[in-house]
Amino acid sequence: MPEPPRPASRQIGWDVVTFRIVMGGLATVALVLLFAPTLVVLIVSFTSGLSLRFPPPGYSLRWYAALGDAWQLQFAAWNSLKVAAATTALSVGLGVAAALGIARSRQLSARVLDGLFMAPLVLPALAFGLAALMLFTAVGLPVSPLTLTLGHTVVCVPFVVRNTVASVQQLDPVLLEGSASLGASRWYTWRRVVLPLVRPGILAGGFICFMASFDNIPVSLFLRDAATDMLPIRMWQDLEGKLDVTIAALSGVLIVATVAAMLLMERVAGLSRRLS
Amino acid sequence: MAEAMGSEFSPRLAWPLAAFLTVLFAVPLMLLVGLSLQSGGGYGPGSYGLGQYAKFLTDPFSLQVLGATMRLGAEVTGVTLLLGFPLAWLHARAAPWARGLLMLVILLPLLTSVVVRTFAWIVVLGRQGIVNSALLGMGVIDTPLRLLYTEAGVVAALTQVQMPLMVLPIIAALARTGPDLPDAAGILGANAWRVFRTVTLPLALPGVIAGCLLTFTAAVTAFITQSLVGGGQMLFMPAYVLQQALALGDMPFASAISVVFLLAVLVVVAGLTVLGRRVRGYA
Repeated sequence: MPEPPRPASRQIGWDVVTFRIVMGGLATVALVLLFAPTLVVLIVSFTSGLSLRFPPPGYSLRWYAALGDAWQLQFAAWNSLKVAAATTALSVGLGVAAALGIARSRQLSARVLDGLFMAPLVLPALAFGLAALMLFTAVGLPVSPLTLTLGHTVVCVPFVVRNTVASVQQLDPVLLEGSASLGASRWYTWRRVVLPLVRPGILAGGFICFMASFDNIPVSLFLRDAATDMLPIRMWQDLEGKLDVTIAALSGVLIVATVAAMLLMERVAGLSRRLS
Repeated sequence: MAEAMGSEFSPRLAWPLAAFLTVLFAVPLMLLVGLSLQSGGGYGPGSYGLGQYAKFLTDPFSLQVLGATMRLGAEVTGVTLLLGFPLAWLHARAAPWARGLLMLVILLPLLTSVVVRTFAWIVVLGRQGIVNSALLGMGVIDTPLRLLYTEAGVVAALTQVQMPLMVLPIIAALARTGPDLPDAAGILGANAWRVFRTVTLPLALPGVIAGCLLTFTAAVTAFITQSLVGGGQMLFMPAYVLQQALALGDMPFASAISVVFLLAVLVVVAGLTVLGRRVRGYA
């Protein structure tokens, strides 16, 4: 039975089918790979058994209850939160000012400074940790929460600079000129015109900065003192020693907290739009 | 003049951070290079030279560690690109509601603690882990396989850990070019694979190169994942630095290893950056 020829754009040939199968298949593998480990940890954290066996023999909240007595982990978590908060405050202060200074400049000096501000992202953080320890030893500053905060700021401030620069560059210069020509002082323009428009960028950068500091191990290894236990290092050392199910429960808490913070930042700062 | 004053921010606003990073980033790196030039174990003056570097470059073990680290970075970057590009492509072609969901799944590993992500792989790959349980249950194997503490395990874990760094720049590149050009090529009768090879891929190349750069540098320095999934048998550069500095206290040699590592990473970064510039010239 002869069929009338269909327009070329309506034909789905073998090439399209194979292309979609291959690309869709690989993308599915990527999605499973991205998501499955997180899901597995969440499930194992509710085990009633003593091991990380999957699937668990039964379910209970015993390991979450055990977190209440894990004072070492609580102490380390508190230290990490304090250092991350101080790092974020310092990074936002230095980074937002620096971003305003370089974002709209076409001068060579601004390009060079941008390179300097981004350099800590590319160089291995562990080498920087070792180098920073040498500096603090040379000037006689003992390792403490202060040296930790300074070191964390070096490796976390690029996130603030990058996100703020991106949002300042999107700012329409007409708004600034208009505000100035209407007689607004520079401070007033900053507070009432610029800040509301770049705030999402600052929030997104500050959030990533906080998470990066909270999760940092390479710099902390060199710059913490014996009394300042940091959460990721504590967890890492617990995992090297014994495969503890308490860590699974703690991971569950961290995953839920991260997802909640991400959803919040998505609402107030459009996080996913800023990261891509 | 008045316009410039009113509408532009002073470049001096960048000075505090520039001073901060000069003192706390550039100076320490110079100290690191300086210490790596001390030939003996001691701190005495006059004992400067390239002895530490000669020691590294003539030691087969050290060279093997460097080679293994670079190979690991290349393997992880390759696998991540193979899986990450299709994921970015799927994101670009998905409906708006599905895009939000995809983005959440892509971003989640980026923001979850590295220890938690790595711990997940210990649970998955362990002797009683999900892979072994499944294979034992299906009767494929009789005894649990050793998956943890193998290079394949490290590559799998690092691929997941670094995947967002590859996918996000490619998503941005695909969003910049839009679906129109590939669609047009398809309507004009080009084979789907040919459209991908000659239109979609070249247009997305700047994003691919940016993603490769980020993935490679992150993979070679990710020593938590390297050490927890790789175990004690496999030694990579970051753990080597740590071992020499903290366990053995040989600071000059640890500095030299760090500098060699920094230079090796910089060579790759510079190569990819040059490639990126040339590609942007074509696109």
